[in-house]
Amino acid sequence: MENIIIIGNGIAGVTAARHIRKLSDPTANRAGKRIIIISAETDYFFSRTALMYVYMGHMKFEHIQPYENWFWEKNNIELVRGYVTEVAVEDKKLLVDGSRAFYYDKLIIATGSKPNKFGWPGQDLHGVQGLYSKQDLDLLEVNAPNREACKRAVIVGGGLIGIELAEMLRSRDIPVTFLVRETSFWNGVLPEGESQMINEHIEEHHIDLRLATNLVEIVPDENGKVKAVITDKGDTIPCDMVGLTAGVSPNVEFLRDSGIELGRGVKVNRFLETNVKDVYAIGDCAEQHEAIGNRRPIEAVWYTGRMMGETVAQTICGNRIAYKPGHWFNSAKFLDIEYQTYGWVFGERGKKDYEEHFHWRHPEEKLCITVAFHKENNLFLGINTFGIRMRHELFDRWLTEERDVDYVMEHLADANFDPEFYKNYESAIVGQFNSAFGKSIRSKKKNSKRIFQLN
Amino acid sequence: MSTYDRSMALTGQPPVILNRNQKIATLIGMFGLAIILLAAFNVSFPNKGLWLTLALTSIIGGTVWFSREAYLDKEPGIKNDGVWFKSLSNQGFWGWIAGIALTGFYIVLYFYPEYLGLVKEGSNKGVIGLFDPLSRALSGNPASQWFVYGTLYTVAILAFGIKFLWKYRHNRYERIRTFSVMFFQTAFAFIIPELMARLNGSSLLNGGSLPYYDLKNMWPLNYYNFEGYRIKGFLSSGDIGFAMLIFGIATVFIISPILTYRFGKRWYCSWVCGCGGLAETAGDPFRHLSDKTVKAWNIERWVIHSVVVFVTLMTTAVIYSYLGNDTSKYWLTKSTFLIGVAVLLTAVFAWVMVFKRKQFQKDAIYGAIGFFVIIIALIGFHFFSGEGNVFLFKSETLRKSYSFLIGSIFSGVIGTGFYPVLGNRVWCRFGCPMAAILGFQQRLFSKFRITTNGGQCISCGNCSTYCEMGIDVRAYAQKGENIVRSSCVGCGICSAVCPRGVLKLENGPLKGRIDSNQVLLGNDVDLMQLVNQK
Repeated sequence: MENIIIIGNGIAGVTAARHIRKLSDPTANRAGKRIIIISAETDYFFSRTALMYVYMGHMKFEHIQPYENWFWEKNNIELVRGYVTEVAVEDKKLLVDGSRAFYYDKLIIATGSKPNKFGWPGQDLHGVQGLYSKQDLDLLEVNAPNREACKRAVIVGGGLIGIELAEMLRSRDIPVTFLVRETSFWNGVLPEGESQMINEHIEEHHIDLRLATNLVEIVPDENGKVKAVITDKGDTIPCDMVGLTAGVSPNVEFLRDSGIELGRGVKVNRFLETNVKDVYAIGDCAEQHEAIGNRRPIEAVWYTGRMMGETVAQTICGNRIAYKPGHWFNSAKFLDIEYQTYGWVFGERGKKDYEEHFHWRHPEEKLCITVAFHKENNLFLGINTFGIRMRHELFDRWLTEERDVDYVMEHLADANFDPEFYKNYESAIVGQFNSAFGKSIRSKKKNSKRIFQLN
Repeated sequence: MSTYDRSMALTGQPPVILNRNQKIATLIGMFGLAIILLAAFNVSFPNKGLWLTLALTSIIGGTVWFSREAYLDKEPGIKNDGVWFKSLSNQGFWGWIAGIALTGFYIVLYFYPEYLGLVKEGSNKGVIGLFDPLSRALSGNPASQWFVYGTLYTVAILAFGIKFLWKYRHNRYERIRTFSVMFFQTAFAFIIPELMARLNGSSLLNGGSLPYYDLKNMWPLNYYNFEGYRIKGFLSSGDIGFAMLIFGIATVFIISPILTYRFGKRWYCSWVCGCGGLAETAGDPFRHLSDKTVKAWNIERWVIHSVVVFVTLMTTAVIYSYLGNDTSKYWLTKSTFLIGVAVLLTAVFAWVMVFKRKQFQKDAIYGAIGFFVIIIALIGFHFFSGEGNVFLFKSETLRKSYSFLIGSIFSGVIGTGFYPVLGNRVWCRFGCPMAAILGFQQRLFSKFRITTNGGQCISCGNCSTYCEMGIDVRAYAQKGENIVRSSCVGCGICSAVCPRGVLKLENGPLKGRIDSNQVLLGNDVDLMQLVNQK
């Protein structure tokens, strides 16, 4: 019998548990591997990215739990509710809530992130919160249940969580002021044209967007509750709730004296192993010693958490393999605009010397794409797409096959993943590409033999 | 935990109180309803045509104006804010009130039409009387409870169809699909059959009279299509009648299999069908109420397939009962018919077992074997039963119980009356034998699938929550698997509500359609092979 303890029941930890259970030989009876997941947050796994929809009334909390409650017992995965206060690696022991002791043979740390706070005056007042956990969601129901209790909310930090929080609050008609440090929304990541389009869309949703504006201070009222914020532009904005959404960082404080090597997160090698034997770290809280390709050392992304969970499960089940994420992909939704990205397209800040961009934007609708390619050899590097869905499988294949940008343009219709009957924009896109780069590519018609590789 | 709102609004958002125009719109709609309600209490309106027009226009106008106010000043996009906060749409107080009211209406409609003012001899009173002028204008006959129902049904599909069009105005698939259901309901289900009634007795039909026939309504949904009186009607009405009978048979055996092969069962269930039409328009605010548990899925498979067996037996019995024994009079006799049915069922069964058994889960095989044995056994009983008896029962008993249990109670009272409690596709999911047969084809022999876009799923659950058929779409999507389920009606809402562009309804090649591999793309190829090892 081997005890495998996973701290954290997010996507990384749960994926690891599921795959370990799947890989452990069922004929070797249940005694083969005992899997215990410890979480302080909730009893059952839920989709963190869907918390916003609970507040907005699209779903109830039970709907964002991907597995029915009987799933865990049926698959012999034990769930423990509690906060791990101490990890003693010498004894291979955990303390939960300072008292209950658990012994492990293998330990997987998958504790995720916590919202950043940068030492702003007043950041711990009542009415100030981040948006990451189930507890944050419950708190939001207290801080901003409706527009009567919350006459204005101020959101600090223009990233993915910030815009989600803005959308949530607007769904209850709460006035929102959105402070963004950058000169244009998320332009550290997005190229100029896209960022500009999102700025416009934010304002369409009656969100008071304040670009290039920093938070200076959060002002309390006489009860220690937030009353207003002061910005570096000298404005004082009265408000009842402040959302701090300036990114997240690994949730690893409880490991500070454990002997497990920490940087910003838990330091791991390519096999997701920490410096201590039989201790692994995956998901948001893991920090690679050296970044993989163009990726960041810490990837706080749903998809990478899931991949790391699968990888570590292989290793734990006796098939030691390295974490080798393939081509980068990601997605998000900015209010009504869906965003997908495949390969690498950098914003102004991170743009490589060899990187050339082609940007197309629809004259009226909120649709645009940016294609990145290599200046010298025309190699296709990546695509950002807004309001047009694209086929993951195809871009993944093209990146693997190292296609050039002309090939991608020619076959763009194959990659379209919009619902049937949607208008197609390939010819407009390719036309503009041709005139911008003096080419004469003709957009090929969609061909399902090519898409599904039936030859 | 969350803020609950007791407003009756199906649209709009919980903290937003109805605006002034919406209040006026509500007043107008309620005024229209009030006219009909007063008529139900036997208030006799002097100028019926005028008052009916007033009532129907107020209902449509009120609904449409209300929806316009709810959606048109907002950006196009998904409009599900507050759905679970409203008591009308979260199985709360108003939901139950609406459910009870609808159920009551159906009970009166099916079993006590005299309360609606139906008078067998002499002129109608009450609500039915109010609808007389419209009925006379269309078919030349006085109204019946079915005419009143058909009119209100069409009004509901049109008014809520317009609402749906605005709600999903960014989505062309939804728009075109909604135009389609609105068209088929108005033209095929409502106007054409009424106009056809005018032909009855004319020389065009050789003096015969056609049964009331909604041409898009196929057997077995239209379980009575091959009953004796209808066959007589068809055969008495010259070439046109005969063509319609042939069309009725062709829709079942030729047209629907071809269309289902090419497009999946959605071509019918969410583009053409009247039940589907109501569910997709008036029922749309309740789509998220369907039960997604595995338990519900198990119940669904047993119940719906039992209905298929029931309707097959019943129809066979009914046709059997009016056929003769003398081959010299007509080639189709009692015994040739039964042998034909047995051969057809055996052929289908054998084909599935030979070519498609691998795609079946174990329990489906057990179910199929069980049902097959029952059918064959019951047919066998024929040879041991006397004249007038078919199988174990009298055919009339079988027909009457089907009509009562399935035709009235299940499809009407429960199917529609329970919209606000069990969701808008209860009938389609648990009861409709048509859906089961088309679903069987869709599962085994169709190009249709919902493609999952690689590894982009974030398991949020919008797709599963808003699936009116109770399919746990997410369970497939989060594994990178395509969704090929017999119950899927192809409404396209899972794809619409997906915040990450993961789902696409499409007709594609059969190869790789049911992809059981976990393709979390973006990961190391070797690892994916390991993950996929079974």
